[in-house]
Amino acid sequence: MAQPNPLTTPPPGTDTYAGKGEILHPAAKHAFPPFESHTFLAQLVWLALAFGALYYLMAKVALPRIQGILHDRATRLSSDLDEAQRMKAEADEAGAAYEKSLRDAQGKAREIAQNTRNELAAEAETKRKSLEAELNAKLAASEATLKGRTEEAMGNVRTIAGETAAAIVERLTGKAPDKASLDRALDRTATAH
Amino acid sequence: MAASIDPIHQFELKPLVSLGHIGHQEIAFTQSALYMFAAVGVIALITIVGTASRSVVPGRMQSLAEVFYEFIADTLHQATGDKEQRFLPLVFSLFMFVLILNMFGMIPYAFAVTSHLIITFGLAFLVISTVVIYGVMKHGTHFLGLFIPSGVPKPLLLIMVPIEIVSFISRPISLSVRLFANILAGHIALKIFAFFVAQLLLAGAWSVLSPLPLFLTIALTALEFLVAALQAYVFATLTAVYLADALHPGH
Repeated sequence: MAQPNPLTTPPPGTDTYAGKGEILHPAAKHAFPPFESHTFLAQLVWLALAFGALYYLMAKVALPRIQGILHDRATRLSSDLDEAQRMKAEADEAGAAYEKSLRDAQGKAREIAQNTRNELAAEAETKRKSLEAELNAKLAASEATLKGRTEEAMGNVRTIAGETAAAIVERLTGKAPDKASLDRALDRTATAH
Repeated sequence: MAASIDPIHQFELKPLVSLGHIGHQEIAFTQSALYMFAAVGVIALITIVGTASRSVVPGRMQSLAEVFYEFIADTLHQATGDKEQRFLPLVFSLFMFVLILNMFGMIPYAFAVTSHLIITFGLAFLVISTVVIYGVMKHGTHFLGLFIPSGVPKPLLLIMVPIEIVSFISRPISLSVRLFANILAGHIALKIFAFFVAQLLLAGAWSVLSPLPLFLTIALTALEFLVAALQAYVFATLTAVYLADALHPGH
């Protein structure tokens, strides 16, 4: 017996696939298609094949790949953030170093200025002192000279007074006084003052 | 005329290539299978081709793939608290598969694969099998602690344990029926309202009313897009919640 054509001859006791594209009559012998049990086995076979292939592709290829992409992105992001953090710290450090060197330079400049000022002041002070000492010395010398001259002048006055007195006595008495009595007289007048 | 409005017609499977029989069941490459492989292709395009450049600053496709990945990874992590994300490939594949198939269904004249209960049940069964097999392998008999709520007085356990067991068994059913029913009902409603537009246009004076179902169809289309995305999300979230039981069976 020839094999019946499955497309045209339904196996005994079962319905065929409804219609094969023909328009159905509402009162057709066909059952509600989702409940036609003779199609179940074939549908399950195709479902198993299709879903098995899908599961294999997802489990072996797609999901590990997507997981990898997401993981890579997460690590990339965190490493980029770390890098940014590190760079920020570096920039902060550089800023602090700059501030510090600026402060140091300012301090040094202030120090130099202070030193110069102190040096100049000291120099001026020593100059002033030496000048003062010089002037004082000159003053003292002048005073000494003045004193000497005065004493000299005063000495000369005694001599002149003695000579004058001797001359007056000689004119009055005709006889020159001896030197000793003249000196005594002069001393008396000097003390009488 | 009446035949062409059959709102069920859109759900029929059309064999493209027949491959023979297993028992009495025909194994044919149907449009449903084609859509499923196309969905796999689209998902691979977004998540594999789109991420091929592995750029640190992502392009459009890579952004999309990353958004989906982070969304599902977050959802799964919140539900299970599992740092290793062992079930991420499963939940991600389920979400993308359901989402893309739902979205394919929104293309006019396209076929909604998720409107077939056997497909959604197959996915839900996969989820529950994973929960049971992983749970038993990881925790052995301790996995049965799943059915014993902690802090409940002994006599109450007589009632609670059967309830827990029934609720566990109903999980694959509710998971699959929720998705299937949402997509099926949405497509039927769309088809019916869209047909009203055509019928009213041909109904003489009544044609002035035809914009009404037209607006409804537009609104429903928007709603169906929402449902398509939401159901994919619900499916993935519930999967994550069920998987949390496999990881931590004690309540």
